[in-house]
Amino acid sequence: MRTATNALELRRPRTLKEALAMLRDEPTLVPLAGCTDLYVAVNFGTLTDSRFLDLWPLEPLRRISVRDETMVIGALATYTEIIKSRHVRKRLPMLIDSARQIGGPQIQNRGTIGGNIANASPAGDTLPVLSAADAVVVLKNAADERRVAFNDFHTGYRKSVRMPDELIVAVEIPTQHGRQWFRKVGTRAAQAISKVVMAGVRGDQPRIAIGSVAPTIVRARRTEAALAAGASIEDAARILGDEIHPIDDVRSTAEYRRTVTVNLLRRFWTDTASASPSV
Amino acid sequence: MRLTLNGAAVDVEAHPMKRLLDVLREECGLTGTKEGCGEGECGACTVLIDDQPVCACLVPWAHVDGRTVTSIEGLADQHPLQQAFMDEVGAQCGICTPGMILAAIALGPNPSLTKIKEGLAGNLCRCTGYEAIYRAIQSTAPVIPRSAAD
Amino acid sequence: MPVVGQSVRRKDGIGKATGRVQYADDLVFPGMLYGRTIRTTIPCGRIQDVKFQLSPGLTICDFRDIPGKNVVSLIVDDQPCLVEREVRHVAEPVLLLAHEDRDALLAATVEIEYEEVTPLFDPLRSEQVLKELLIEKGNLEKGFASADVIVEGVYRTGHQEHIYIETNGVVAVPEKNGIAVHGSIQCPFYVDRALRVLLGPGRHVRVVQAETGGGFGGKEEYPSMLACHATLLALKSGRPVKIIYDRVEDMLATTKRHPSLVRHKTGVKRDGRITAMDVEVVIDGGAYVTLSPVVLSRGGIHAAGPYRCANTRIRGRAMFTNTPPNGAFRGFGAPQTQFAMEVHMERIAETLGLDPVKVRERNALRPGDFTATGQKLREDCSALTVLREAVKRSGYRRKSKKYKGTNKGIGIALFYHGSGFTGSGELKLASRAAVECTERGVRLLVSSTEIGQGTRTMHAQIVADAMDIPYEQVEVAPVDTAVVPDSGPTVASRTCMVVGKILQRASEELKQKLGGMPPAEYYKRYGPLRVEKEHVPPEWLKWDEDRYRGDAYVTFAWACDVAEVEVDRDTFEVRPLRITAVQDIGRAIHPALATGQIEGGTGQGVGFALIEQVVMKNGAMANAQLTNYTIPTTLDTPDMDVVLLENPFPEGPFGAKGLGELPIDGPAPAIVNAIRSLGIDVREVPATPEVVMLAASNSRPAVERHVDMLTYGAPVAVFPPTARAPA
Repeated sequence: MRTATNALELRRPRTLKEALAMLRDEPTLVPLAGCTDLYVAVNFGTLTDSRFLDLWPLEPLRRISVRDETMVIGALATYTEIIKSRHVRKRLPMLIDSARQIGGPQIQNRGTIGGNIANASPAGDTLPVLSAADAVVVLKNAADERRVAFNDFHTGYRKSVRMPDELIVAVEIPTQHGRQWFRKVGTRAAQAISKVVMAGVRGDQPRIAIGSVAPTIVRARRTEAALAAGASIEDAARILGDEIHPIDDVRSTAEYRRTVTVNLLRRFWTDTASASPSV
Repeated sequence: MRLTLNGAAVDVEAHPMKRLLDVLREECGLTGTKEGCGEGECGACTVLIDDQPVCACLVPWAHVDGRTVTSIEGLADQHPLQQAFMDEVGAQCGICTPGMILAAIALGPNPSLTKIKEGLAGNLCRCTGYEAIYRAIQSTAPVIPRSAAD
Repeated sequence: MPVVGQSVRRKDGIGKATGRVQYADDLVFPGMLYGRTIRTTIPCGRIQDVKFQLSPGLTICDFRDIPGKNVVSLIVDDQPCLVEREVRHVAEPVLLLAHEDRDALLAATVEIEYEEVTPLFDPLRSEQVLKELLIEKGNLEKGFASADVIVEGVYRTGHQEHIYIETNGVVAVPEKNGIAVHGSIQCPFYVDRALRVLLGPGRHVRVVQAETGGGFGGKEEYPSMLACHATLLALKSGRPVKIIYDRVEDMLATTKRHPSLVRHKTGVKRDGRITAMDVEVVIDGGAYVTLSPVVLSRGGIHAAGPYRCANTRIRGRAMFTNTPPNGAFRGFGAPQTQFAMEVHMERIAETLGLDPVKVRERNALRPGDFTATGQKLREDCSALTVLREAVKRSGYRRKSKKYKGTNKGIGIALFYHGSGFTGSGELKLASRAAVECTERGVRLLVSSTEIGQGTRTMHAQIVADAMDIPYEQVEVAPVDTAVVPDSGPTVASRTCMVVGKILQRASEELKQKLGGMPPAEYYKRYGPLRVEKEHVPPEWLKWDEDRYRGDAYVTFAWACDVAEVEVDRDTFEVRPLRITAVQDIGRAIHPALATGQIEGGTGQGVGFALIEQVVMKNGAMANAQLTNYTIPTTLDTPDMDVVLLENPFPEGPFGAKGLGELPIDGPAPAIVNAIRSLGIDVREVPATPEVVMLAASNSRPAVERHVDMLTYGAPVAVFPPTARAPA
């Protein structure tokens, strides 16, 4: 049964500064942007919050730029903007791959990368990419700014280190060395929620991250270390099997997720072994 | 709140968290925008905001403040895709049709089949198997909607 | 100029493309309230107490507000309109609320206290048979004795949800001494009748079809429930009441395709000739009888496929479970049983090491052959024609070779579908249709509904040609049960063949009466002139309802699908690449609409085959959201090559047969057979990646576990049912 929207309240700041001040004064305000998750909760009547902070009009947070070899993606950059960005195309093509597979154009036009991070779902499609890319999340409150490694950001299922008075304002992507690879396995070919999603970077130190196989994104550090040390892919696959904790749900089974994760690791390794173009 | 709706500047008062879909249907009387799921999956409620397709069931009214919104009514029955959808049987039951047409308009003129399929991946049709929709779109060279030409 | 056979401009006009046509949710009446249904949350038990807060402006109805009988009248009047005490499934309606403010309506809370009883979910463990059937021909023992090889197998199909993009919805409007219900409705006279039973005698009832956003069988029986609910609220409040289900409620509460288990035991000669077929069919009926008997009937009759076999036995049962009743869904049992038959046929070919096309050719029904019910087929039997054309058109043989050793596979399915109601059903229905002169030409009046398939247009074409007047002069009366005659329900692939034929006969008679005068001129000179005719089944049609013997259908439409797929060996995802669909429908009245039916049905069949999975937990659909119950998008739907063949059926209007359901019978077996061609032993749908993974790694298919449980003991005849939730 749908949530009655007339009982909800929306604060509408005009600038980031104003937004942060509102959040300082009322840290229980829930930030909203593209609403592609929030209004699904409204539809199912599962929304528990009632006071919201509207970030959508804060245009400066939409920018994608490059500073000192670091790409900065504003938290409000939509998937469409990411797909169209030449910076992203050049530096993090696997992010474009993931963004293209999120929903249809309607969702890509509204969903934001900041929202994907803040929502903290283990099925968030861009999250393994950010994890494998060693991204950094930029957080701000009214007084301060801090940077948190993306891989330290999420602490559990739909939980993160973001303090109630903080906003995610950007995500920083260091220069990637090595071939990038991304694969989403969803419930169908388009507009699907992932059953397994994997991103990898094949450099001197391979980096591998997987979604939908544990309460948070899994950065497979032991698998990476084994591969870096020259372990066979079969050994690496065994280690990866220990690093993930998939479950049965309405979308798939633990057994499937486990088998496919290991198969994807093999494919990542094969696909990125040759000198063929990445992704 | 002021916005450009189907080519005309309008003032509409509604709760800022009300779904754009409900405001269009209930406050503006524009029932051409259909609700199929309420969860952004089916695309039946597709409208254009600043010429980009979105699901009106996932947009709070506050977010169209100062924007340009085009619903199916904004085509003023003049768009060649509309007759093409009927002639090629791209519309069967018709409930997905307004959203489908708006999503197709956002593809721009003469889209390739690949581009059509990718561009309509957010619009579900349960009647046609999509083939006739492709034929309808390919049978005509879409023109830019009126609101975009303003 | 004749319009039959031409893809003329549709009678729908432009309204669907401008958004101007009005669906149920677009209707607004002065003083209208919104209605809401409070439902059970347990699968089995008894209601102990219902608690709610009365608040200003809130109308509340329970079963005590029903003036007539507390049933949703259909085949057997066992399903209550509102639960009194006994709960048989999750999402049963208990209480109805209405309010003019939707937010206030949403805010109302109701608590129900239950005494729970252990539910029953497994149809194979159920002891309550909703319907049983037995079809017997020849001597099974002798047939098996003469076989060289016996091939056995069990096949499974899951629930399928209709996902008409418009959810169920109605508006009930009080009228003098009664009610008018406007809504998204496939069968207005079903609703009309249900309302009369609900309200009791002497009340005015009228049902008007609003534009309907898809049905596929899903709006065959359930709208009666919805209409009853809205009517109760409207009569109590004295105001119009609109009830529109949201998607979750629609998926949780309304009907789905019956899940099935089918066991085949077939005797074959080394050359592929079938000598004996023993088939057992079990479908899960859910908690009330609703349409399960007729679904089982059609499923059972089609269970031996389009093949000849002298010694055949088909046994079928629809079982009670504590789940929402399963119901009508395009194909009506035939997609389930023909899936089993066609995958089994593939396994017969595999077992014998024979070409699957050859095996099908050898056994395919020909004119003069007899079906399992003993029906002698006439000249319009086209099984071989469609098979050969599909093989040729798709390049089946070349591709079979080419795909060897790759991840691509190709599969075939030969199938048929009986047109119109089963057996003597059409005789009992005695459908009527009318044509009348107007000042612009002719108006046709039928209760057949336009739900996207093109009813209005196709009927108008038939009338235009039968009257020999321009198509533009034919108009179609809106469907209102107070105005149009009862042409029977819009189901069972009967709207063109049966109702179209009545219209043709009525038109010919009207034309004769006009004696050459244009209808508009007649109207202007002499006033109204109307001809109404009743359906007359062919004289030769003989059907024995008790023994399931004789002419099950006046005719069958025939088709063959060839599916090409690509399987990802890492993720077990199956990508359908192309489906070639060769379908003989007698005559295409409107080729573009007919093609649309085939493409659409094929698309739904692809979903049924691969991705549409209803996950049931504790008797309820656990994935009742479009996010988690996924239907094919543009990118999930294969390229389609549709070929219409026309071998006319002499008794049909201009040679036409039924068409609506046929296309959904084939894609699932064709796709699964394509997967099988890669050496992956799949025997069930949906063939999700999880299923394909297990099939690729296990030697014994998962469905085989059911074999022992499926074998029947002594036949139990429990019909009419005395089904009650186990206490």
